[in-house]
Amino acid sequence: MNLLDFLSAHRAEFLGLLLQHIILVGASTTAAIAIGVPIGILAARRPRLGAPIVWLANVVQTIPSLAMFGFLLPLPLVGGLGARVAIIVLILYALLPIIRTTVAGVRGVDRALVEAGTALGMTPRQLLWRVELPLAVPGIVAGIRVAAVIGVGTATIAAAVGAGGLGEYIFRGLSMVDPTVILAGAVPAACLALAVDGALLLGERSLKRRRVSPRTAAVAAAAVLLAGAIGFAAWMRASGGDTVIRIGSKNFTEQILLGELLAQHIERTTSLRVERRLNLGGTFICDRALRSGDIDIYVEYTGTADTAVFKHPVETDPSRVLERVRAAYAEAGLTLLPPLGFENTFAILVRGEDARRLGLRTIADAAGPAASWQAGFGYEFLQRADGYPGLRDRYGLNFAAAPRAMDLSLIYRALAQKQVDLIAGDATSGLIAAYDLFMLEDNRRYFPPYDAVPVARRAALLRHPELRSAIEALAGRITVDDMRKMNQAVDAERRDPAEVVKAFLAQLERERPSKG
Amino acid sequence: MRTGCDTVGLVSSGQPSAIQLRDVRVTRGAAGRVLDGLSLDIAKGETLALVGRSGAGKSTILKVINGLLLPETGEVSVEGRSTRAWDPFELRRRIGYVLQEIGLFPHMTVAENVAIVPQLLGWDATRIRARVEEMLELVGLPAKTYADRPSMDISGGQRQRVGVARALAADPPILLMDEPFGALDPVTRSELHREFRRIQSELHKTVVIVTHDMAEAFALATRVGVLDAGAIAQIDAPRELARSPDPRVRPLLEPLLEAHAFLS
Repeated sequence: MNLLDFLSAHRAEFLGLLLQHIILVGASTTAAIAIGVPIGILAARRPRLGAPIVWLANVVQTIPSLAMFGFLLPLPLVGGLGARVAIIVLILYALLPIIRTTVAGVRGVDRALVEAGTALGMTPRQLLWRVELPLAVPGIVAGIRVAAVIGVGTATIAAAVGAGGLGEYIFRGLSMVDPTVILAGAVPAACLALAVDGALLLGERSLKRRRVSPRTAAVAAAAVLLAGAIGFAAWMRASGGDTVIRIGSKNFTEQILLGELLAQHIERTTSLRVERRLNLGGTFICDRALRSGDIDIYVEYTGTADTAVFKHPVETDPSRVLERVRAAYAEAGLTLLPPLGFENTFAILVRGEDARRLGLRTIADAAGPAASWQAGFGYEFLQRADGYPGLRDRYGLNFAAAPRAMDLSLIYRALAQKQVDLIAGDATSGLIAAYDLFMLEDNRRYFPPYDAVPVARRAALLRHPELRSAIEALAGRITVDDMRKMNQAVDAERRDPAEVVKAFLAQLERERPSKG
Repeated sequence: MRTGCDTVGLVSSGQPSAIQLRDVRVTRGAAGRVLDGLSLDIAKGETLALVGRSGAGKSTILKVINGLLLPETGEVSVEGRSTRAWDPFELRRRIGYVLQEIGLFPHMTVAENVAIVPQLLGWDATRIRARVEEMLELVGLPAKTYADRPSMDISGGQRQRVGVARALAADPPILLMDEPFGALDPVTRSELHREFRRIQSELHKTVVIVTHDMAEAFALATRVGVLDAGAIAQIDAPRELARSPDPRVRPLLEPLLEAHAFLS
């Protein structure tokens, strides 16, 4: 599917994301102006006070954006999922260019003019409003331009915390390994950046030509601020609400499909409104979001919950794991619903040709050839207690070099293209068949069970009993085979997740009509 | 030099003094002592020119008069009140100031520049508009043509006229001018000298002009003071000063005498 076809097929969604993107950048840039310009003025007039502020803004600018989301997510008030935390991060990034140019603009005003104003009897405040600020305005607008363009770029990362925007397509495309979807986010974002830059440049030029009185400027700024605040408030309100069930998912294909599946199933069988906050940046972010109430439900895997969320020592008995995860969630006010029926364990994968050539069947068989192999693992797998360190010890796997840390979305292709020789993937991945990969058997039962189970906020279930019965109706109804097919449809056949889920649910109803 | 008697004697008329400097001492960082026990009386309605080489302390005198600098020792009083006692902003709004580098605000129109001090004083808009027109007419720039021009769009001579109009806008009793016509070509300059004499003959302000050009001082002032090393070397009417034998005054007269010899 080419880019234009994709965009026209997803026109409504695309326009929604574009609007979200514009609101994110607009609200954050407006707020950054309201904060940054006064700070810049203060910094210009009191260098001793200003220097540390500029230094701090500098430091903030160097923090990678994803790391910044990580810092802010668990904080009360500012943290949490969605637009709020995204706007705060964007404000922090926009501050530096605005503060900088304000300082430079105010300091750059000709001293002779400042002296003239003083000699005419202006007080420091009158000097600021009548001389220094109007002369600094073109410089400040140039800083706002830089901030807004940076904002358009950084806002794409906001999709990782469920704030929406064009980054949604970029992340979705990355997890589906679909360049068209990536471009559907990246190209409009680049165009938006150019458009914003151009519009502000025009504004800057007209400011230079037609001098604006400070009063007009103040009124205009106040109007923009007010409009921004109203828009922001309206949007926050629209995205909240009690009758909305917010569904989360992690950032890989199967999770997006499961999130979509819960969403469509709830939409089909209840009158509840559903908001999708899919494609969130990993287990940690989903768990935080669930606990803070930013999402109401998402699908977790029992083994992941046991070891990664609750940090229990590794346990391999499926029913024991299920019970202790259920108990641990209950303590946090969260309810584990019945398993969906399939298990997505870690799959230790090698290329099919290697498996056949070397006669590999189990992970233990791979211990020998591993000495000359390069392994590639996702970031989570490298860290987790049930991940690489334990696997190495259990099977005596010693690779030629330290395993390479890779993004999950690229890992299968990296194996197929022989950049690495062994990876840890998902047992349900559609790419296993597509790339002719071979899953080595976990013959020493190292991996804990990874049954897919929806986890929900108890409060949401109590408020909407129909939500519980809707989700319970899905219990045990998705097989490993179903899941692999759906994954393959998206990853290999490039089909739209929503369509794949729709077809699956329709088939489910035809073949095995639900009891309710 | 002790206080009073010798300088008081130099006041040219029987008018009360508008500005008095008594034993004023100012030091400024690396520049060392800028004013060294200077005393000076400036009479109401006179035009005093202060002449001297660069660094003689001419501009500093203007700054202690309008309170931009306070003397370390000694006293400056304006209209009978010490500059320490004046509210500095009120004081400056009562003193018109024409600056060395013109100092028109580039982000304002001609009219907006002229309107600044009346605005600071809180005049109402109609009164300000009428006054701005009056001032522009006074300096020979018809309001209809010039009022709404950006102040950077007019010539250097016109800008200087706007500078004078701005300084006079709130009808201050005192006018300070720091090298006001220094950056202009000689023809424009003498044209503006004529204009200034015309305006001063109408308004009778107390005017202090700082210049390094003795010809300009003679053209404009009723009294000329020569500054040397932070003190007054001689202060007199132009005619008397021209005959001075003082070695601190003679070099400043040299260019004038040369031109005179050449012409005659």
